[in-house]
Amino acid sequence: MSISQFKYSVIPEEAEALRADVRCFLKESLENYPAVKKAHSWMGFDAQFSRQLGQKGWLGMALPKQYGGADASPFARYVIIEELLAAGAPVSAHWIADRQSAPLILRFGTPAQKEKYLPPICRGESYFCIGMSEPNSGSDLASIKTNAQRVDAGWLLNGQKVWTTNAQHSHYMIALVRTGSQAESGRHGGMSQFIIDLTLPGITVRPIADLAGGEHFNEVFFDNVRLDADALIGEEGKGWDQVTAELAFERSGPERFLSSIALMHTALALIGPRPDALQARDIGRITARLLTLRNMSLAVTQQLVDGNNPAWAASCVKDLGNVFEQELPETLQLLLEEQAQVNGGSDHAQVLAYLTQMAPSFSLRGGTREILRGIIARGLGLR
Amino acid sequence: MRELFESTIERLLSDISTADYIRSAEGGMWSADLWRALEENGFQLAGAPEAIGGAEAGWEDLFVIVRAAGRYAAPVPLVEMLLGNWLLEASGIGARSGVLTIAAQGTLRWEGERLSGDLYHVPWGRHAEWVVTVVGDQVVLLDMACADGVVPGSNIAGEPRDNLLFKAAHCAASAKLPSAMPASVLQIGGAMLRSAQMAGALTALLELTSGYAAERKQFGKPIASFQAIQQQLAVLAEQTAAANVAAETAFSESGDQLASFSIAVAKISTADAASIGAGIGHSVHGAIGFTQEYSLHLLTRRLWAWRSEFGSSTFWSTQLGKYVCAAGEQAFWPMITHSKQHQLPVAEIGSV
Ligand SMILES: Cc1cc2nc3c(=O)[nH]c(=O)nc-3n(C[C@H](O)[C@H](O)[C@H](O)COP(=O)(O)OP(=O)(O)OC[C@H]3O[C@@H](n4cnc5c(N)ncnc54)[C@H](O)[C@@H]3O)c2cc1C
Repeated sequence: MSISQFKYSVIPEEAEALRADVRCFLKESLENYPAVKKAHSWMGFDAQFSRQLGQKGWLGMALPKQYGGADASPFARYVIIEELLAAGAPVSAHWIADRQSAPLILRFGTPAQKEKYLPPICRGESYFCIGMSEPNSGSDLASIKTNAQRVDAGWLLNGQKVWTTNAQHSHYMIALVRTGSQAESGRHGGMSQFIIDLTLPGITVRPIADLAGGEHFNEVFFDNVRLDADALIGEEGKGWDQVTAELAFERSGPERFLSSIALMHTALALIGPRPDALQARDIGRITARLLTLRNMSLAVTQQLVDGNNPAWAASCVKDLGNVFEQELPETLQLLLEEQAQVNGGSDHAQVLAYLTQMAPSFSLRGGTREILRGIIARGLGLR
Repeated sequence: MRELFESTIERLLSDISTADYIRSAEGGMWSADLWRALEENGFQLAGAPEAIGGAEAGWEDLFVIVRAAGRYAAPVPLVEMLLGNWLLEASGIGARSGVLTIAAQGTLRWEGERLSGDLYHVPWGRHAEWVVTVVGDQVVLLDMACADGVVPGSNIAGEPRDNLLFKAAHCAASAKLPSAMPASVLQIGGAMLRSAQMAGALTALLELTSGYAAERKQFGKPIASFQAIQQQLAVLAEQTAAANVAAETAFSESGDQLASFSIAVAKISTADAASIGAGIGHSVHGAIGFTQEYSLHLLTRRLWAWRSEFGSSTFWSTQLGKYVCAAGEQAFWPMITHSKQHQLPVAEIGSV
């Protein structure tokens, strides 16, 4: 692991060429979209919008053509997703499938699984959620208890997942569950991943309201759920390694520093062309940090293009990015005497209210700050 | 060219620019043998034309030289000379050999054919043979033999930052600034240099500090095994990465014109990283890092100094913020995705 992984990287022209089209499409589709909805960014659910993106060929872009993808470079995908996020498009329906589940299935799935799951993901019709966390297993995923026992032609699943984003809207969950005992196979052994059809009997999904009253994440209960043999993805007992690889996809992108970007737009609109000294300084500093984060993130994308594993570099970007997107509402509320308002008030007041409440989650979802810094320290050879 | 530059200068500086060597330079000694070794390898003229012994390297390649100068705290005006010669070439005056430095701030004014006034904070001014500065719309080369006085000053790291006095001096050469080049070109270029030096110094700081944490034992284990220490070093690594990317971007996007927008971003990002990084370096090192004997301060004192030279993080943030606000909300995201196409108007320092 070394700092030299972060080298200056530019988006190649053929990927850059996509930008104008996406921008144009977004301008039209989001014309009357309220600012506070834009602030939801990758929490905003709109199946119709996801299907439109699928028709445009902007989902599963990096997947092979054979499965409905475009065989495009990671940079092409980068351009699309940063434009979607900066515009505040509602991408949550397909988000996890496109970003995390599809690459996982491509990498570890059987030919039949790829054939079955990937094309509808590329069409924006099939949505996934991630079942890792459990009530007593957050950062320490090794302690999960949900288990699948082999029964005649398949598996019998029992247990509970929690904080499962979009479980109530998803067709499938990719879950990490126990298939062997920890005593026999070691702390990270005895775990496997399954693709679970959420319509199966014995599954109960219960939304959990977040502190702002939104319902994004859920509890999911499995009560003697019968899974077919082909629900297993990858190798039995190799779940931990697969999950670690999967998390690298989840930590590398612009979604890790753009979560509060809507507020920058409403703030600039209010500040206007002649900022006072404090506003000028803080707007300038935010701009600099944003650009540097983007350049770091492009360096990570280059690593993907070069076929390297960017897990360490991605952790650096995610942690620094989370600090940035959490500080944005903090800094911007100091620049304008504009009170945050949940109902009524200006666009800025509403976006500020929403993001102030959402900000704590930015450094929790996808791995907490402390866990990421632990990964970075490991990369430095400290542990 | 870049790989060759990098390996050669890293080897040269790690051999000569040792902790003891830097200390004696801080004591006031001119680093004649280091300068000569750099000359023998052609580094001072790396950006200059082949005809006078240069390598015609662009900023993208010069980046590794400047970063290495920061990493090894090279006690010579190598980086200033690269910028000064670049401007002399661009304006048609032509690069010089001999110790050359730059002055970005001052009160120099034309009186007919002659120049009077002061130049401020001139890096290594007392050791220089030549000074490059901008007066009005003219690039000016001054022979230090014409200076009427040198008021010595030093930055936090003991590097010479002298004020130079001129009374009715003849300049050695002058030429009009190339078209579209702002009068603040040396201020902008100086900020770019310092950003890469800070990236280099932070890289060295990260290595020194994580190495120390792996060796130093307390409570029966290396302090690197304590989470509190790991968490701090992770932040240092993130800041170092940010500084390196930001500085490299500024150099890579500069050519005939300096990429002033990206340079502002780089100076802000590296200066902020310097502040955070120096704090972590000292915190992890405990008392040993606070001693003269241990070499941590050779890096941290430079980081503290360089972050405010050629404009502090606040100076550059303010310039950038004014520009962003004037462009307006709609222009913001397109500006981020195409930052290298933007030139930032830069006010004179002091008139933030
Ligand atoms: C908005 C949101 C969406 C989410 N979506 C999903 C999802 O779709 N699927 C899913 O599976 N999960 C999801 N999560 C769960 C998320 O992954 C967990 O919150 C996260 O892994 C942390 O687990 P925890 O909340 O149990 O905290 P804990 O693990 O209990 O941690 C609490 C605190 O202790 C610290 N800590 C814990 N262990 C250590 C250690 N070893 N060293 C130092 N510090 C430590 C943590 O950093 C944290 O500060 C979501 C969470 C949020 C907030």
